[in-house]
Amino acid sequence: MLYAIFCYNQEDVTTAWSAEHDAQVMADLKAVEDRLAAAGRLGPVARLLPTTAATTLRKGDEPLVIDGPFAETKEQLLGFYVIDCANLDEALETARDLAVANPGLGAYEIRPLQIFRPGGDVGRLG
Amino acid sequence: MDPAAWMQSTLQASRPQAMGALLRYFRDLDAAEEAFQDACLRALRTWPDKGPPRDPTAWLILVGRNAGIDRVRRDSRNQPLPDEAVLSDLDDAEPALAERLDGADYRDDVLRLMFICCHPALPATQQIALALRIVSGIPVKQIARAFLVSEAAMEQRITRAKARVAAAETPFETPGPVERSERVGAVAAMIYLIFNEGYSAGPDDEARRGLAEEAIRLGRLVLRLFSTEPELMGLMALMLLQQARAQARFDAGGGVVLLDSQDRTLWNAGMINEGLALIDKAMRHRKPGAYQVQAAIAALHARAGTPDQTDWAQIDLLYASLERLQPSPVATLNRAVAVSRVRGPEAALEMIQPLETRLSSYFYFHGLKGSLLSQMKRSGEARVAFSKAIALAGSLAEADHIRSQIDLLDSACN
Repeated sequence: MLYAIFCYNQEDVTTAWSAEHDAQVMADLKAVEDRLAAAGRLGPVARLLPTTAATTLRKGDEPLVIDGPFAETKEQLLGFYVIDCANLDEALETARDLAVANPGLGAYEIRPLQIFRPGGDVGRLG
Repeated sequence: MDPAAWMQSTLQASRPQAMGALLRYFRDLDAAEEAFQDACLRALRTWPDKGPPRDPTAWLILVGRNAGIDRVRRDSRNQPLPDEAVLSDLDDAEPALAERLDGADYRDDVLRLMFICCHPALPATQQIALALRIVSGIPVKQIARAFLVSEAAMEQRITRAKARVAAAETPFETPGPVERSERVGAVAAMIYLIFNEGYSAGPDDEARRGLAEEAIRLGRLVLRLFSTEPELMGLMALMLLQQARAQARFDAGGGVVLLDSQDRTLWNAGMINEGLALIDKAMRHRKPGAYQVQAAIAALHARAGTPDQTDWAQIDLLYASLERLQPSPVATLNRAVAVSRVRGPEAALEMIQPLETRLSSYFYFHGLKGSLLSQMKRSGEARVAFSKAIALAGSLAEADHIRSQIDLLDSACN
């Protein structure tokens, strides 16, 4: 079974860390990643840029572009993509394609990545 | 992360929102500061044992408010305080307050706190000092070091600023839309002032350089509160894109390294990515403003892998729109740099000549004029312009940089 682990924390605290402090936290986390990688258990790792850099495309007949992160407690995070885009417009275009393929309720939150490590082959599901 | 560091960064991050709420209760900066200090002391005593509260900011506001009220009571009747367990036991009250924390009240609290610090009645130096003390919570001693004055002098500057602010009587009612947007504009300007204090500091001036990072922190805070405001996105992008170059702006000897000569591998990719994402977001609003245009210019530099990939024609156009949005001889001067790349030094010189009287005491004017003249092989006139620039240089690094340009003239003559 593959598991995704999503990281939550208070952004006003984490973005106020000094560069040294941030580097220390990342190094400490990297040590855990390295152990997982050595065991062949590490897949993709991503760190997102702050929510202030986020944009949300709300699905609908006329998809609505909203500044900021997705924040709706009635709906839950069900998955994620990592896609190479030249800029926000291209990312929104991709999100629109997804919304066309999977219309109805919901939203796509577009969050630029700060760190991305594709990781090794961690096997297959099922 | 060790618990002490976690507590410190949590208290620091909670400060603006907690101070903003406490200021609304007590309507006095000193009272709000004392209440917040009390709450922090209680946090340091109780959090390690009981564990951190689910919403530290809400906890600090409630405990601070109680402590502030107790202080008033104690001062008036000299009554004993309730014991610690009663004062800090907020298990019931916390969730209700936490729910309201995201509400508009709290947004206006932080905005009011910041706006008071950049009140139009205050000169720029007092605005910066007050904001760093009140909003960021930086100790007076450290602020004094950044501005090269004694601790006593800085203390006095802050006290004077507080008195002026109190006399100016900022209204505590919820601001209307026009007032709110004026406040956001004033706060953005104050944040950019703080940023420039840090950005313009020399390589060895660690105390002042740190102000750039602090301005970025404050910018994030305001942008989180007003997340659909394109000029705040622009300001944030501008600061990030400029600060991304911090490691490349000086050489090992402390000399200035100009954009073209900077080692671009030293640029901070994370800051650049965040800045680019923000300017993309801002531009979708089609509500251009001075910060967005300047950020767009910085973005073009950031997107260029090498100096000769820089889109100078686009930068020229952006400076032209900056001149329209915010007419200033300095904008024209910056535009002239782009013009010299697109149409040559003659066109640029023609553009800056009319600015000579207004910018006669401006270092960069003479520096640019000298550089344009030297590109046109008019060495004698270039030398005159460079000498004027050296006389006006604001730092040793700036003067050294001009001297090296004169040396180049000399070697070209020989």
